[in-house]
Amino acid sequence: MTHWHYTWGSIFAVVVFSTAGDVLTSLAMKQSGDVGHLFHNNGLWATVKVVVGNATLWIGVAFMALAFFALLIALSWADVSLVAPASASLTFIGNAIVAKIFLREQVDRQRWLAAILVAAGVALVAR
Amino acid sequence: MNFRKQATLAGVVLFGAFGDVALSRGMKSVGALSLSQWTQVIHAIFTPWVGAGIILLLAFFVSYLSALSFADLTYVLPATAVGYILMALMAKFFLHENVSPWRWAGIALIAMGVGFVTAGPAKTASARAVQGHPPPPVGSA
Repeated sequence: MTHWHYTWGSIFAVVVFSTAGDVLTSLAMKQSGDVGHLFHNNGLWATVKVVVGNATLWIGVAFMALAFFALLIALSWADVSLVAPASASLTFIGNAIVAKIFLREQVDRQRWLAAILVAAGVALVAR
Repeated sequence: MNFRKQATLAGVVLFGAFGDVALSRGMKSVGALSLSQWTQVIHAIFTPWVGAGIILLLAFFVSYLSALSFADLTYVLPATAVGYILMALMAKFFLHENVSPWRWAGIALIAMGVGFVTAGPAKTASARAVQGHPPPPVGSA
């Protein structure tokens, strides 16, 4: 195992964990339904109960926590100027792929282009 | 997209960007922490800038979850990437950091990406579709 392996291995872990976290929280909120309508029809307490009572949300949050720890490990191996843009922009692409397959979102050419432009832009801004 | 949904997306952008800038401002005055000084992190939480940053990021998470309840993940993430532009501008004018030509190029790419995704529909998939049911025919809703 070289320094290169540790750096990119931990960046890869950040991307996988944060993609899992984002997709699972998105799934949980799609299951809850529009919180604006829930709030309007059932009030604040019932809305909070629906959102917080969904186990998928907490699994998603757990993956976000794992992503945070992987980020700390990545930062101990490489500079933030590499880790932050690399993980943020690869997560954009990872989310587009997994959202299409797992969430059945219609990622058309326009959305692919948006994801790729934003990922490239984030890589440049954060470098 | 109605005003409530636009305001929620604006909340994701503003709370996220201001929260990160507040954290950054606060941690710069706390100074670099090593693992042996981990108790200093608890002290840092109660300093005004870091505390404000945490409250703003909690507000970010609430608006982020609300946005995901009415829009696709592949819509919310690119659309709220405006936050990166806002952060670069605040870094220049508020934190007085140097913004290089590469960063301005990155800002232009993000702006184009945001334009592309917000020109399309916000929601294309329902939990029903996710759970294996075929999506309802277009126009039936």
